[in-house]
Amino acid sequence: MPFLILVGILLVVFIYLFQAGETTQAGLAGAIAGAAPVIFAIMGETITERAGVINLSLNGTILLSAMAGFATSLATNSLVVGFLVGALVGGLVALIVAFSSITLKQSQVAVGFVLTLLCRDLAYFLGNPIMGASGPTVPAVSIPILVNIPVLGTLFFKQDIMTYSSFVLIGLAYFWIFKTRQGLLLQGIGERPAAAYVRGANVNRLRYIYTFIGGALVGIAGPIFSLSVKAGWKGTISGLDGIGWIALSITIFGGWNPLRAALGAYLFALLQWLGLVLQPSLPNIPSQVLQVAPFPLMILTLLLVNIGNAEWVERTLAGMPPQTRKVAARILRAMKTSPPASLGVPFENE
Amino acid sequence: MDIELKNIHKWFGKVHANDGINLKLPGGTIQGILGENGAGKSTLMKILSGFIQADEGDILLDGKAVKITDPASSLRLGIGMLHQDPLDFPPMKVIDDFLIGQAGGLIPNRKQALQEIMALEQQFGFDIDPETYVDMLTVGERQQLEILRLLWLGAKALILDEPTTGISSSQRIKLFETLRKLAAQGMTVIFVSHKLEEVEGLCQRVAVFRRGQLVGEVKPPYVTSELVKLMFGKAVTLESRVYARSGEAALTLSGLSIEDVRLKISNVSLAAQYGEVIGLAGMEGSGQRQFLRTLGGLMRPVDGKILLGDRDLTGKPYHFFLDLGISYVPAARLEEGLISGLTLTEHFILADQSKGFMIDKNKAQQITKDRISSFTIKGTPASQIEELSGGNQQRALLALCRDPVKLLLLEHPTRGLDIESAIWIWGKLKERCKLSTTIFFISSDLEELLQYSDRILVFFGGKVSQPIESVETSVEQLGQLIGGKGF
Amino acid sequence: MLKSNSRWVGLSFRLGAILLALLFTAIVILVSNANPIAVFSNIINGAFGSVDNIANVFVAWVPLLVVTSGLLVTFAAGLWNIGIEGQITLGAIFTTFVLRSLQNSSVSPTIILILGILAGIVGGALWASLAGALKIYGGVSEIFGGLGLNFVATAITLWLIFGPWKRPGIGSMSGTQPFPDTLFMPVIGELRLSIWTIIIGVAGIILVYVLLNGTYFGLRLKAVGKNMRSAFLLGIPTNRYMMLSFLICGAFAGIAGALQVEAVYHRLTPSISSGYGFLGLLVAMLVNYQAIWVAPVALFFAILNIGSIQLPIVLQLDSSLGGVLQEALVLIVIMMEGVRRRLVKKE
Repeated sequence: MPFLILVGILLVVFIYLFQAGETTQAGLAGAIAGAAPVIFAIMGETITERAGVINLSLNGTILLSAMAGFATSLATNSLVVGFLVGALVGGLVALIVAFSSITLKQSQVAVGFVLTLLCRDLAYFLGNPIMGASGPTVPAVSIPILVNIPVLGTLFFKQDIMTYSSFVLIGLAYFWIFKTRQGLLLQGIGERPAAAYVRGANVNRLRYIYTFIGGALVGIAGPIFSLSVKAGWKGTISGLDGIGWIALSITIFGGWNPLRAALGAYLFALLQWLGLVLQPSLPNIPSQVLQVAPFPLMILTLLLVNIGNAEWVERTLAGMPPQTRKVAARILRAMKTSPPASLGVPFENE
Repeated sequence: MDIELKNIHKWFGKVHANDGINLKLPGGTIQGILGENGAGKSTLMKILSGFIQADEGDILLDGKAVKITDPASSLRLGIGMLHQDPLDFPPMKVIDDFLIGQAGGLIPNRKQALQEIMALEQQFGFDIDPETYVDMLTVGERQQLEILRLLWLGAKALILDEPTTGISSSQRIKLFETLRKLAAQGMTVIFVSHKLEEVEGLCQRVAVFRRGQLVGEVKPPYVTSELVKLMFGKAVTLESRVYARSGEAALTLSGLSIEDVRLKISNVSLAAQYGEVIGLAGMEGSGQRQFLRTLGGLMRPVDGKILLGDRDLTGKPYHFFLDLGISYVPAARLEEGLISGLTLTEHFILADQSKGFMIDKNKAQQITKDRISSFTIKGTPASQIEELSGGNQQRALLALCRDPVKLLLLEHPTRGLDIESAIWIWGKLKERCKLSTTIFFISSDLEELLQYSDRILVFFGGKVSQPIESVETSVEQLGQLIGGKGF
Repeated sequence: MLKSNSRWVGLSFRLGAILLALLFTAIVILVSNANPIAVFSNIINGAFGSVDNIANVFVAWVPLLVVTSGLLVTFAAGLWNIGIEGQITLGAIFTTFVLRSLQNSSVSPTIILILGILAGIVGGALWASLAGALKIYGGVSEIFGGLGLNFVATAITLWLIFGPWKRPGIGSMSGTQPFPDTLFMPVIGELRLSIWTIIIGVAGIILVYVLLNGTYFGLRLKAVGKNMRSAFLLGIPTNRYMMLSFLICGAFAGIAGALQVEAVYHRLTPSISSGYGFLGLLVAMLVNYQAIWVAPVALFFAILNIGSIQLPIVLQLDSSLGGVLQEALVLIVIMMEGVRRRLVKKE
């Protein structure tokens, strides 16, 4: 049923775009491209949190990697270097979080929080000299044949390579987590590390690895901004500040599932774009409402998580006959999203 | 697979948990391991399954000495352990839970795994839907799942730790059928339990542990009294008893029923007298804790009434119980009773329920000094609670109880304490009885139960015995009841 | 080898952390092709170079002091009140509302200012109670609940500045219409500093110190923060205490917001909280939640903030360097604590 509703909405949107013309479609295509960095950040954080680690430093990491990626790309006139450096920066910051929490056993929240501020200030300080400079940008590449599909061609197949990568990344992340053997283990580490340990997983080593990979993906999000979406480094007015927090909240809203999170990200991009398009015709609705939308959604998601866990719900469930119980539980399960049970909790072998 | 344990020793600090264990476990048999809490059987099983390493001794599998370094290597060598709370992944699907830990390529072959699961299920008559989620299964089903998984991964020996806690009787029958089938196929089945009837009915040999040592290996036909004597030791001569009970009912329970995830306690009625000491006996997990918590207001009964004097406490919140003079003393001192990071003085200030805004430092010092001396706590008012020894923490925990208190509920009051401290604590407790305090306490020490209780309730799998006058019973009778016989 | 609780060990680790943080910052400066000595001396000059500068340091000190004082209360209860920024903002919004409503009336300015502060308290406490309710009754982590509420608070501010409260003509990012000078907090001479704000700030930290160390409430709150289970068993109403800590911290945040409006900006601006909330969290972490160290460390942070303001002008460097030193210090202190524990465990 919900699937049909979704298809219905998409159909309406498709028809609207078809008659709206090239410019409107291009605008939405731009929104999709703008979502690419958020997608990278969300996929990265989803992987990290699936392993049981919260990396709160996203906001700062993205700023720092955007600046560093742009700076190195400018200096070497190479886009590849820019992205590699961005990934490295992201991975390194994430490693600090991992090291502090896994090995030094300090609070993930504390370290992540300080890092988010530190990376931001480092980005502004070190990036000062290159503010406003123009550097290499990622060129757009149309995919032949596919680009000729009405509406969808302009939206999805007339993008640059990083946007294409973001599409692929969603699929890759989903595939890895849910379809591979290692992915199952990843889920296991985050849910019940003790059980994973018994089955032979080196929990802490895997947590290090996944935190690094997740951080690297987040790190790539930065250069996508500074080399593509909003090319250049503009310091405090770059509009990048806050993207990390949005990514964190969409990760939660996405229920630690790449597909659902991507849906959330594109929904957010759609809302942003709608806000721009509809602004002239509806001046009374403040633009801030749309910009701030992910956050109440995140809070709502978190509330639903805990409603499912509330004692009164459990009691009511326990009192039902087994068949009804199974159906009711299935509904609740579809509604609720549970964070990996061991998220943020350090693991010690006996 | 033949397992042989040679001269296994394990120390935890000064405690000699396994003292020179020599045990042969031949393949194709169901071996029972019997012993009360703290006898050393769980330690031994943890060593076999790789969770901990023995300090001395060898393990031989089919005659070859092996080193078991961690749980995964234990399974690789063919030893599978089924924990009381199966180590599975509740939010995941059964099929996924199955696949985690299996070595193999990038993409697991779900179809093949499904076929193999269904084949195994058919072999043993299980009925678990592979597409359902683990947390929707009952405990018994999760056990079945874990057994299947261990078999699937090639286990040749299966250790089951108290497997029948919290499963229905039909599941228990099925489990025993399965174990017999497995033994017939050549598997080594190790059945760790305290339930005498089950062990007697299922096992082909029984090894009994007590205080870290293997005290006997018995073959059928089993004589229950012999097993009990091995488990609990000789009967003790009791010292002169102190009677403080008045005859009037202080606490009345009528038709009390308690439920939690694992067990149900049904329809308990009891009248505890002023100044009476009632001991709660039974293996851990038999329901005493839930019972005590309900008396303390930390759990709500599903049926029945609790009356203190003539006041109905049923269903009221915890602080109501506290204000009426019911004190709960938990066993996990630092996790539930005391607060690491606060000093002795600070604890007493908190417990004192003082009125007012600003802390009266002098009054606090005075109270603390008084309590330290009357409870002979080895510590100063400024000592951090976590710096005190276990015995002194226990004294501090007792000292935190309100005075006077109508009902004192103690989980394992003397666990981990030396004899002197234990005797001293009981002296203090008996003093309170003289002042009409009613005491309920949980203990695994039969001697302690017999010595200090006026009456004893034995718990077994949620069943509660009728109150037994402690002078009229013996270690043997208690042992039988604890093992499940004679209800 | 290392005595686990030796004061000297603790102190030397802290000193080491400060040195490491300075070293790190110096390296960052060098990477920027600048001279660390020049930078540090510039910062000192920026903070102490003139009477105006010194006054500005104290102007920046007060809100930080007030906010950190409030945060110590939530930290005592074991809570990460990330929503502090939003609480400051709501305090400022409520204050602005009162000032706007009364600015043309015949009520005396002093009364208006006092009412403004009271309104700030209400606003901050209200916003904090939302985070508290989400946590206690909804099970929503105060970190994410607070984060979300921060953004909502900013959105509300922007809506007010560009909507109902916009300047005559067009709405502007510089904020609402400034209040007349009669509604400014009385200052010392020609400086921007008001003695009243200092009094409020100092009173605040003393109040929190007394509350946490000398009252039954404070002790019970600490118990809740250290071990909620045991605290509950001892009879402390844990939910009520957690909510109270949110309310108290929100009240302090609200005062800070009120002071930002009445004493510093004299209007509502888009970023009225100026990052003081997060900065307060940093100060609290650095002083290990001990009230006695808040005033000096907050002053140190204020010196760094004000001192770095002229870095862009004089040395063409971004003023966020002050932040770099502050944050590096906190990070290194946290990590050193972990290192110290590991070394201690090994004995």
